[in-house]
Amino acid sequence: MTTVTMTVNGKSASGEVEGRTLLVDFLRNELNLTGTHVGCDTSQCGACTVHVNGKAIKSCTMFASDADGATVDTIEGQANADGSLNTIQQAFQDHHGLQCGFCTPGMVMAAAELLKKNPKPTETEIRDHLEGNICRCTGYHNIVKSIMAASGQDVSAIAAE
Amino acid sequence: MPKDSGIGAPSKRREDVRFLTGTGQYTDDINVNGQAYVYFLRSTVAHGKLKSVDTSAAEGMPGVVRIFTGADFEGVGGLPCGWQVTDRHGEPMQEPAHPVLAQGKVRHVGDPIAAVIADSAAEARDAAEAINVEIDELPAVIDMKEAVKDGAPKVHDDLTSNLCYDWGFVEENKAAVDEAFANAAHVTSLELVNQRLVANPMEPRVAIGDYNRANDESTLYTTSQNPHVIRLLMGAFVLGIPEHKLRVVAPDVGGGFGTKIFHYAEEAFCTFAARQINRAVKWTSSRSESFISDAQGRDHVTKIELALDADNNFTAIRTDTYANMGAYLSTFAPSVPTWLHGTLMAGNYRTPLVYVNVKAVFTNTVAVDAYRGAGRPEATYQLERVIDKAARELGVDPIALRRQNFISEFPYATPVAVEYDTGDYVATMDKLEEIADLSGFEARRKASEAKGKLRGLGVNCYIEACGIAPSNLVGQLGARAGLYDAATVRVNATGSISVMVGAHSHGQGHETAFPQVVAEMLGIDEGMIDIVHGDSSKIPFGMGTYGSRSIAVCGSAMVRATEKIINKAKKIASHLLEASEADIELKDGQFNVVGTDKSCAWGDVTLAAYVPHNYPLEDIEPGLEETAFYDPSNFTYPSGAYACEVEVDPETGKVTIESFSAADDFGNVINPMIVSGQVHGGIGQGIGQALLENTVYDENGQLVSGSYMDYAMPRASDVPFFTVDHSCQTPCTHNPLGVKGCGEAGAIGSPPSVINAVIDALHSGGHTHVDHIDMPVSPSRVWSAING
Repeated sequence: MTTVTMTVNGKSASGEVEGRTLLVDFLRNELNLTGTHVGCDTSQCGACTVHVNGKAIKSCTMFASDADGATVDTIEGQANADGSLNTIQQAFQDHHGLQCGFCTPGMVMAAAELLKKNPKPTETEIRDHLEGNICRCTGYHNIVKSIMAASGQDVSAIAAE
Repeated sequence: MPKDSGIGAPSKRREDVRFLTGTGQYTDDINVNGQAYVYFLRSTVAHGKLKSVDTSAAEGMPGVVRIFTGADFEGVGGLPCGWQVTDRHGEPMQEPAHPVLAQGKVRHVGDPIAAVIADSAAEARDAAEAINVEIDELPAVIDMKEAVKDGAPKVHDDLTSNLCYDWGFVEENKAAVDEAFANAAHVTSLELVNQRLVANPMEPRVAIGDYNRANDESTLYTTSQNPHVIRLLMGAFVLGIPEHKLRVVAPDVGGGFGTKIFHYAEEAFCTFAARQINRAVKWTSSRSESFISDAQGRDHVTKIELALDADNNFTAIRTDTYANMGAYLSTFAPSVPTWLHGTLMAGNYRTPLVYVNVKAVFTNTVAVDAYRGAGRPEATYQLERVIDKAARELGVDPIALRRQNFISEFPYATPVAVEYDTGDYVATMDKLEEIADLSGFEARRKASEAKGKLRGLGVNCYIEACGIAPSNLVGQLGARAGLYDAATVRVNATGSISVMVGAHSHGQGHETAFPQVVAEMLGIDEGMIDIVHGDSSKIPFGMGTYGSRSIAVCGSAMVRATEKIINKAKKIASHLLEASEADIELKDGQFNVVGTDKSCAWGDVTLAAYVPHNYPLEDIEPGLEETAFYDPSNFTYPSGAYACEVEVDPETGKVTIESFSAADDFGNVINPMIVSGQVHGGIGQGIGQALLENTVYDENGQLVSGSYMDYAMPRASDVPFFTVDHSCQTPCTHNPLGVKGCGEAGAIGSPPSVINAVIDALHSGGHTHVDHIDMPVSPSRVWSAING
């Protein structure tokens, strides 16, 4: 067991981990940040997407010990300081960008990275960026629409809700 | 202007806030003090005799609490099947035992052999590696037609063969159907495969069994669409725990699509083991495990024939289907290829004679059961494909051929034992032609051809039977459960309301839509009403969510309970207002004495009910809480027309979906935003089936497509924006809301139009030898068909 320390959602967090402990398990089991989900075991589904040092990564594919000293941001840290939904979260609610909610934290974290790099992505750029995030509920229609809306684009012409 | 609250309003989903902030509570997010973890050691071979399971080395491994094998379940009930089908000779289906842990034999890759409980999940997994299992491998049966041949290896030695049942429907019509084919002016036939799919809700299954020895109470937290059904099946048939000592909780559930209806070995195990070791036991499925343990869907091999007269009227349909059950009968498996499939074979059309034959077959594969649509997608696919083929053979427009044969008068009694109460198939087809801009197709085809692509247009209709189901009817058909639902409306003293419902929301937005109905009925704000669901200790005995039934069945129970509330509240109001009860009206949350300016507020009445100082105690009880059970008198029949445009790259065979349009008739709509979302998701899954997804076993029964590396789930870039419309509304005539249900339509209605479009594209490119390509239409299959 080794001790790891990281900055998670702006606060210092540390704990004892085995060498094989995955970052997602550390977040969920040690820090009780259960908003980050595990939907597969082959690094495909993206439900476990978090930001490490500002970059979206799949936390099922990183050892907790490799995140020692890193800055980690999860879905629990995304809302505005007053607790209200941030722009992306609000757009997902406004445009019904989620159903069962299980893939949603990963989608929001993936979208946040995209909009940081590309503030006005096209539909195609959004769909391509979500290659590593699987949703089984929405057919992606309202997820793509939500991300376009979050980037300030007019989505009123996209088929009715 | 759309309404901003109540029935018909696109109210934003209140449940979204917790899901968007990471504060939802899914089963794996729950931890019970002192819990242990279980790992299931599963068979790596498809078929074999279990010679020995030696756990001695594993027992001493770090953290191990206890190891269970099949021997520990001698005398414990097996997993029950909830539906008994009677075959065409009047005999009951063959029904094998399904032990919680394998006994004597293993019958598919993934069959659980032993369960290791340890202090941590990792220790349980480590110890399982030290278990020594000896299996005498037997030849596996994978192909259904091979499995029913004489001399084929038997999946269950105590059954006479691998044939579960040979079902004919309607058996009495068979001779007349055969005669109609003999007299037909034209017969079109088509052989096709509706391939096996894996439901793949994004949340893998999880179960936590807890036990309180002090009061002998068990609690199961589980990823279920129907906690009361699990309590009934597991309590009564598997573990012998009476209902009042067993609580089943299904908290936030990350998608179901049918595969979380069923009662599974793992949840029974966790409940059982917690009682044995007096400690909570938690199981979290990996995705790899879910591929070999969640019940899978579809897997039909069908020959369908359509007979037409000289005027192109449909005169008869005859089908011959092999339906895979897998190695065991999952909870509702036998009903899917029979009563959820044969009864829909008339589709939207006047076809006087229909005969459906289904042979259900055991194989050494994972069990197959309901997956989004369950039987109805299989019926729709074969029917809408054979109609398209008939139109091509006859040289007529496929839409015109459909229109000519539409049922146009309702109610309509089909030759397959159901009565459609209402519908307007012309209206949905008209709407489809408008929203899909079908008149502009030729121009789009030319534009595609200029890029070197072939463009195809595919159209289909669908009908489904939802709102399952009239209990007396399904009882006659073999269901071993009632299929009503229930709701309790609890009005609190200050006027706020909790509605406890049997339906379970795992993405459908019940927490938002159900209050819209009650708010509309009472004229109060939606925010005063909350839904409680998913906990058998809190909700009345309702049957849960599947078959697009929640609003049609449970919503109707909620309406009935709310009507009782209104009746009682009016009595209280008449007392408070010193007026006749007949003169009281409830409007906008106010009780008024008609024709006067006397009124009292909703809150005055609710407070009086709980502080009955001035109250007609001699006539009515205090309190304001009512329960209703609702058993529907018929199924509901959503219908619609769908269109898909594809581009096919003739060089590579790659198919891309250029547009997809859906015109649905769901009857009345409670929340149009949620309804559109349901259709979007269904279309996404239907396109997934048509283009991408396939469940492949090799000849030894190894699942080749056992992860997201191999099983092609649709991704965002595989689909376009969809155009959906549900403005055609013929309200259901037999439930109080006039609703039909919308959850499965997209998955039922979309695969045939994709394939119809691909065939149309190939024909436009001169590849007229291609009548059919089985799903998924992967580039290699399309390329091979073109170059075949």
